[in-house]
Amino acid sequence: MQRPPAAAPPRLSLRGIRKAYPSVVANDGIDLDVAPGEIHAVLGENGAGKSTLMKIIYGVAKPDAGELRWAGRPVEIANPHAARALGIGMVFQHFSLFETLTVTENVALALDGARDLAALARRIQDVSQRYGLPLDPRRLVHSLSVGERQRVEIVRCLLQAPQLLIMDEPTSVLTPQAVGKLFETLRQLAAEGCSILYISHKLDEIKALCTMATVLRAGRVSGTCDPRRETASSMARMMIGKDLPVSAHAEAAAGGEPRLVVAGLSQKADDPFGTDLDDVHLTVHAGEIVGIAGVSGNGQQELLYALSGEAPLAEPVPIRLLGAEVGRMHPGRRRKLGLGFVPEERLGRGAVPNMSLAENALLTAHRAGEMVRVGLVRAARTTAFARDCIERFTVKCGGPEAEARSLSGGNLQKFIVGREVLQAPKVLVVAQPTWGVDVGAAAFIRQSLIDLRNRGTAILVVSEELDELFEICDRIAVIAKGRLSPAKRTRETNVEEIGIWMSGLWPGAHADAMPAPTGMSHAPD
Amino acid sequence: MRRIRLEARPVPSRAMRYLSPLVAAALTVVVGFVVFSALGRDPFAAFHAFFVKPVSTVNGVAELLLKASPLMMIATGLAVGFRANVWNIGAEGQLILGAILGGGVALYMEGAASGWVLAVMVLAGAVGGMAWAAIPAFLRTRFNASEILTSLMLTYVAALLLSYLVHGPWRDPQGFNFPQSKMFDDALLFPLLLEGTRLNASVFLALAVVAAGWVFVHKSFLGYQMRVAGLADAAARYAGFSANRTVWLGMLAGGGAAGIAGLAEVAGPIGQLTPSISPGYGFAAIIVAFVGRLNPLGIVLASLLMSLLYLGGEQAQMELRLPSAITGLFQGMLLFFLLGADVLINYRLKTLRPGRPAAAGSAA
Repeated sequence: MQRPPAAAPPRLSLRGIRKAYPSVVANDGIDLDVAPGEIHAVLGENGAGKSTLMKIIYGVAKPDAGELRWAGRPVEIANPHAARALGIGMVFQHFSLFETLTVTENVALALDGARDLAALARRIQDVSQRYGLPLDPRRLVHSLSVGERQRVEIVRCLLQAPQLLIMDEPTSVLTPQAVGKLFETLRQLAAEGCSILYISHKLDEIKALCTMATVLRAGRVSGTCDPRRETASSMARMMIGKDLPVSAHAEAAAGGEPRLVVAGLSQKADDPFGTDLDDVHLTVHAGEIVGIAGVSGNGQQELLYALSGEAPLAEPVPIRLLGAEVGRMHPGRRRKLGLGFVPEERLGRGAVPNMSLAENALLTAHRAGEMVRVGLVRAARTTAFARDCIERFTVKCGGPEAEARSLSGGNLQKFIVGREVLQAPKVLVVAQPTWGVDVGAAAFIRQSLIDLRNRGTAILVVSEELDELFEICDRIAVIAKGRLSPAKRTRETNVEEIGIWMSGLWPGAHADAMPAPTGMSHAPD
Repeated sequence: MRRIRLEARPVPSRAMRYLSPLVAAALTVVVGFVVFSALGRDPFAAFHAFFVKPVSTVNGVAELLLKASPLMMIATGLAVGFRANVWNIGAEGQLILGAILGGGVALYMEGAASGWVLAVMVLAGAVGGMAWAAIPAFLRTRFNASEILTSLMLTYVAALLLSYLVHGPWRDPQGFNFPQSKMFDDALLFPLLLEGTRLNASVFLALAVVAAGWVFVHKSFLGYQMRVAGLADAAARYAGFSANRTVWLGMLAGGGAAGIAGLAEVAGPIGQLTPSISPGYGFAAIIVAFVGRLNPLGIVLASLLMSLLYLGGEQAQMELRLPSAITGLFQGMLLFFLLGADVLINYRLKTLRPGRPAAAGSAA
């Protein structure tokens, strides 16, 4: 029972934390110290064990072994209630808000015994003003932007005067400008003595914000450092164990014919909390990659469903694929014309979890691979296609008979991208090509998209990773509130400009003409 | 206080997936043992009467096959839909409509008796079952009405329709006012396979249906599309497989098979239309389909088991004077244990003691 010689013990101290799930050891022997008032980054790739560690600290998961100390005192955090009682608050990556309730009501639900809603509303206003988090307590949550929803989550934590605030990938839903504001709030909190655990895989943000970093790799601590004294590449080496690969990308050949044309697509969302598409115009030419940037929930889902045909339109006109009006066609007919599509969900949409890779090849490649004859499946062909895909895209798996769900996320993504690319589509639409994929596989997937472009395919990429879009795209457009900006040549724009556009403010966006059906004020993020 | 929780197994055992019907059958036997004892019967004698005696004669074996064939036919058809999450619960009604349409052909073609009429009857039986299954399929695809409810409710409509026909227009004028049709022409019945038994050629029809079902589900592209729809409907939408076609095919496969089974009953052991032509084959086939793991070979074995339960139940009623509910009890237990075993294949029980971390070695 050694105590550090310094006067104040760390606010939170972890020793030898281990947590194993049935198929994976998520945390193994993790040590972590967070000093009072410190902004401490927990850095690591997807699947490195960051989220599990935070769940253990917040009492959502129980460690199999190891010790937690709170201000020098050993504690057992049985559940989130106990964590909050100690003074730990957490802002999750995925919000837990009731859309049909007001801000005040949502906050009241999280606070035990908050009965006086009027008084609570005043407290919410006080806290939100003090920390620069403008918020109207009377608004219904479904009318809030994603950034505002995050503020509700943060204010909800701050009302409990936490001594440790855990932020799980808070910027994945924010524009670059909103990120700047969030950082000011966090610095102010730290200056007041609140410790912050900041989880992210974005190196530049961590350099800008954090004073200490613990790097995780495959469930273990691979190093600690002061991010201000490191470079992005030195931290990346700690994170992935090697240098960051970069894709080769030459200028697109000009003058390809337009292959995918969206001409004034407007569509009401089926989901009451979905985003209506509003007069979307977009053209993708042969031999170019067009990227669509934007904060999630701004109409990407709806646009992708309309393009793939999974949500066919009422009229054929607004979408033209290789000259054909395809708005009303179902996905099978669009594929027949030459459309390939990689959806953002892999298991259950892009692939059937309980089927083998060979059977999953049949899912979309039956036409190009000539896998069906007189209504019967030619098993030899599906297996050959799957084997080819596995080899060319270096998919780590047990062979064509391995079930899709037995693959890691990155390998399954390589298989799905490979399956679509090998069909030599004339138009390929890709959603979140490298979401949750490790860095090496991500570079490989980006390179194969570029190679496909060089062979003349028109490619549309929808992604929330700005860096990725700038790396592979020839032109970039931004989607915000269901409207799409004009596409700009990647070389003629930069992250700042696209960031401003992400809040809906591009030239000619005529903000005054924006639909505001319920008359509420429009608060840009 | 201990809490018990179900935890998903990372890799469910493949072997157990196929062994679980045997586990369920064994448990059914064990509980049956207890039930017989509680009823004051010698359990060994009871089991002998239930499971051995029915098949200890040639006639018994013939009856076993006779009862198994409609079960395997219907279960095969239903399995096509069940694999695609199309829940046709109304095979009993579709069976009745098959019997009505096929039997109707027999009644109206009296005298023109020859082999091709029997073929037309089989076809009419299939069409009758499919037509009845088409109603829930239409309601589901057009109005999104649950086919579970509509197909089940239509079963009762079908039974009343048959009752009306044999009480009214199709009643045999020479039948002493009994509610039944004329006997079909002998030439319009399936030929007997074994003299002195009721076993007839429809058993080959049943095997043919099972074989066709296997080819469809495991070898055809349509069958593949339906399996995808059942396993991951978002993937089926993504690939562009029509959800409506899946519902239609799933319903029609079950309806067609049930219709043929119904025709085979009236053109086989019964030989005429009567108000009750099936001891619940359409419902028992649901159990057969699941006990057989929706797999053709499994379905053949499960239908033999289910058929034995029918025969054993009858034997137990006669010999041990047990109530007729005993058959339903055994069918129910079999399904219950099977579903229970399936849960434990995919999950394992974990007991939790609150207040202590799961592993030792932490600070105490």
